[in-house]
Amino acid sequence: MKPAPFDYVRPRSLEEAVRVLADAGEDVLALAGGQSLLPLLALRMASVRMLVDIGRLGALRQVEDGGDNVVIGAAVTHAEIEDGRVPDPGRGLMKRVAARIAYRAIRNQGTIGGSVAMADPAADWPACLIALEAKARIVGPKGSRMVPVADLIQDIYTTSLARDELIVAFEIPRLDARVKTGLAKVARKTGAFAMSLAIAVVDDGPRAVRVVLAGAGSRAVRLPMTSDVMQSSTLPESVLRDAIGRDLAQSMDATDDYAIRLHSAVVLRAIAEARSK
Amino acid sequence: MTTLKLNINGEDITVVAEPRESLADILRERLSLTGTHLGCEHGACGACTVDVDGKATRACLILGVMAEGRRVSTIEGLRDDPIMAILRRHFHENHALQCGFCTSGMLVMARELLKHSTDMQETDVREGMAGQICRCTGYAGIVRAILEAAREMRNANLSASLLDL
Repeated sequence: MKPAPFDYVRPRSLEEAVRVLADAGEDVLALAGGQSLLPLLALRMASVRMLVDIGRLGALRQVEDGGDNVVIGAAVTHAEIEDGRVPDPGRGLMKRVAARIAYRAIRNQGTIGGSVAMADPAADWPACLIALEAKARIVGPKGSRMVPVADLIQDIYTTSLARDELIVAFEIPRLDARVKTGLAKVARKTGAFAMSLAIAVVDDGPRAVRVVLAGAGSRAVRLPMTSDVMQSSTLPESVLRDAIGRDLAQSMDATDDYAIRLHSAVVLRAIAEARSK
Repeated sequence: MTTLKLNINGEDITVVAEPRESLADILRERLSLTGTHLGCEHGACGACTVDVDGKATRACLILGVMAEGRRVSTIEGLRDDPIMAILRRHFHENHALQCGFCTSGMLVMARELLKHSTDMQETDVREGMAGQICRCTGYAGIVRAILEAAREMRNANLSASLLDL
């Protein structure tokens, strides 16, 4: 399939990109790695009048290690994170998440900012960045704002980004040195989107436990009841299962037996991995 | 239509194309480099995998305009590449192709895996090649060929850095 015709511009600076987006009107989209957007255009599930290529903007490629906080530019690729070419505030978690996104040829071009802006409910980075309590640095014509990734993503393929706003970077708090993390993912085959993806972050200093699930509803969410019961270190599995069941009843679009068993198992695996460390 | 300046297989090329044309379409339809095959055209099959700035890339998931200022190598341009020579021989010896449709993408992807590391087990090859689909179900030969190429490179102490790639 071929996409319908569109115009293409490649601004030289972030300011120019924002200006182009603001002036261009409707049906204009930012293009970073293109690994999700281009298939949607080719399949004609999406259409666009103009693409604004932000994939090579220096402002979106910056990385800063501030000790307690790491800033990762929105146009950093999955492969760059997988290969450890940028610092990992998740103490290895981000590298592991990156390595299991799609295929290497996709990871070589796909970007972390593109993944969040696309807001696919089964995508890996929204779940990971919510578990890390990351904030997105967003720039638009009126200046910049900071929004937790958990609030930025509102629904399936829907964020609070205005059409002339861009995610520039993520500010990610570094996990405590004694943190324990767990990651579990079930997909139909290696590289496919997750049917279920869970990330558990336990013993992160003074910060509360985060158990985040993607693939169950319209967006990745921290499971509040599961995360809260995890504060207690000794916990019978029945209590945990009960909390997961109550969270699933809140967050899932459709509750069928298979989906409940799948998501429960994936959440329990992520928790078990975190606890086994 | 727009005028693109591309670097394909070491050569600077000017080509007139529409912005919506993928790199794969430009390679095949405008430059007659038909060694790059197009299967699904949405990133699922891996047949069109080429090398962009040293990174395996789906040529159907990058627009020609996005490839401006980057160095593109197709299967034709990797003819004299030392890793490709080793891979070609092991693909031949292991019957790692039947119809050949997926082969150019398989070779480009396998070359990237070997550039990354020659210390690999069967699972690493199967996971690393999971995005390359063969519909003749020839995976056993393909996996064996890549493992043998890796072993040959290990035994000869060849790595991407020594080969200056």
